[in-house]
Amino acid sequence: MDWLNIGSLALGELFSPFTATFILCALGLSVHFGYTGLLNFGQAAFAAVGAYGMAISVLTFGLPLGLGVLIGLLASAVFAVILGIPTLRLRADYLAIVTIAASEVFRYFMTTIGFAKVTGGSNGLSQFGEDFWAANPFAEGTYGFGPFMYRADELWIRLVAFSIIALGAVFVWLLMRSPWGRVLKGIREDEDAVRSLGKNVFAYKLQALIIGGALAALGGMVFVVNLSNVQPQSWGTTFTFMIWTVLLLGGAATILGPIVGGMVFFVLLSVTQGIMSGLVEIGALPFLTLPQVGQIRFLLIGLALMLLVIFRPQGIFGNKKELQFNG
Amino acid sequence: MANEISIGAAAPGCKKVDPILVADNVMRQFGGLTAVNVEHVEIPRGQITALIGPNGAGKTTFFNLLTGFDKPNTGSWTFEGKNLAGVASYKVARLGMIRTFQLTKALSLLTVLENMRLGAQNQPGENFLRALIRPLWSKHEAAITVKADDLLKRFKLDAKREDYAAGLSGGQRKLLEMARALMSEPKLVMLDEPMAGVNPALTQSLLDHIKDLKKNGTTVLFVEHDMHMVRHISDWVIVMAEGKVVAEGPPAQVMKDPAVIDAYLGAHADTDLGTVAINVPGKAGN
Repeated sequence: MDWLNIGSLALGELFSPFTATFILCALGLSVHFGYTGLLNFGQAAFAAVGAYGMAISVLTFGLPLGLGVLIGLLASAVFAVILGIPTLRLRADYLAIVTIAASEVFRYFMTTIGFAKVTGGSNGLSQFGEDFWAANPFAEGTYGFGPFMYRADELWIRLVAFSIIALGAVFVWLLMRSPWGRVLKGIREDEDAVRSLGKNVFAYKLQALIIGGALAALGGMVFVVNLSNVQPQSWGTTFTFMIWTVLLLGGAATILGPIVGGMVFFVLLSVTQGIMSGLVEIGALPFLTLPQVGQIRFLLIGLALMLLVIFRPQGIFGNKKELQFNG
Repeated sequence: MANEISIGAAAPGCKKVDPILVADNVMRQFGGLTAVNVEHVEIPRGQITALIGPNGAGKTTFFNLLTGFDKPNTGSWTFEGKNLAGVASYKVARLGMIRTFQLTKALSLLTVLENMRLGAQNQPGENFLRALIRPLWSKHEAAITVKADDLLKRFKLDAKREDYAAGLSGGQRKLLEMARALMSEPKLVMLDEPMAGVNPALTQSLLDHIKDLKKNGTTVLFVEHDMHMVRHISDWVIVMAEGKVVAEGPPAQVMKDPAVIDAYLGAHADTDLGTVAINVPGKAGN
């Protein structure tokens, strides 16, 4: 087994645009679930709405990418309002059901042939990120050291993605230390109590849903600009559950949790892939074939998620003191 | 019997000299069951009014209706002359009518101090855009913190200031909930069973707090089963049974009212059933 290669591949995941996507989505989910107690199981749809909103404005309406990003964000806000108005007045579990259904509806809607002219159908859309790559200020060549060697393009998208993460994290931190954040945390604990103190709980929940959704939309844009295409099958429930794993690994009601959780998650994913493929190659795991390794990994993720929730529900960065109390 | 609170004799639905809350024809049905059916009731301003009645009389439902946590089938009610029917619960609270809950709602994973701060009204930092810029709300935050500390001291919770509310005892949570309700300086405080589950050692201090409220000009309306408490601190008692107001009056008079004894003990009150709780001072009547 080539340990050096496994290690270098794993470290490469630390700053990959893929990791950045999940960090942004998990940061948004932290606003939803960690701070406000909203059970959103459709975070993939918020990312998808952002990505499609951006791609369609560029390709169908010929708008510049910057404007496309704004429209993508606006689209995710509209999506949040559409989901929120009927469900946020009801109990928390209704939101969970509606969000998971809505995210599947959106995915299938994007797959249908009927609107393929605009949405690209199951083939998806491509060639909308040209403005982004054209704005790359780095000259051709490779930059960095050790496992962190990047081509100019690779460096550019990492720089932008992690700048967005930094700005997003500061934004969430500013909000959560404020009285506004205090109302959200109150709603998480008991919304009737907060209502009895004269706060418009519905408005706060809707604002939280929009803000968390916008962060996911940015994540979705990073994802599709990096891949240079947007396809409906990317945004399945697996996408959402990976976001949940990242969030719970790092700690739900924290700012650093989603960031470090995302990095740890994708490094682990890469390490297990490397080690298991290596073991299969040298014949140590005769019951497995190479293509099965990828599947087994997700089985292990499910197991890890279960163990995490049982034994360390506060995640890496969660406050231990909070956990001394049940509920 | 003459008194200073009502106009004329005390009777169910009688007019008050200075009512703060007036309800008319409030009815709430759950399927075939009529939980609340109050024709007319007035709550006197600046007094401590007890709302009593046997289990299932509709007291808590009536509370929920008045504060906008539930919607009646019919009815209207006004608070200081403002119509409140159909008004959302948070708006009711902003008007100065703050309630607490029968099952205490302390916000467990917020500290005691944060619980208190949340009770304050008009904090500009609770607006999403202003929240981002600290100087826009830090001054107000300091002011409400002073107020919160003052209230915590009065309720002897100052030592618990930085603790999570989840770490408080049941009685302390009741105190916290009441203190939090006072952060907004409400005109009318509605307490749903403030004594339920409270350690007897804390009872006296809770009673004193309620009397203090009256001294400061706050109107108090509370639901309670504890007859001892009702007799000692209330100026006026309203008795509900099967959703209706069956009796009203000063506590000493109401306790003797045959309708009340009927409501609590059934029509066979004069049959000897052994020790009857309502006749034993200091024991709960539930």
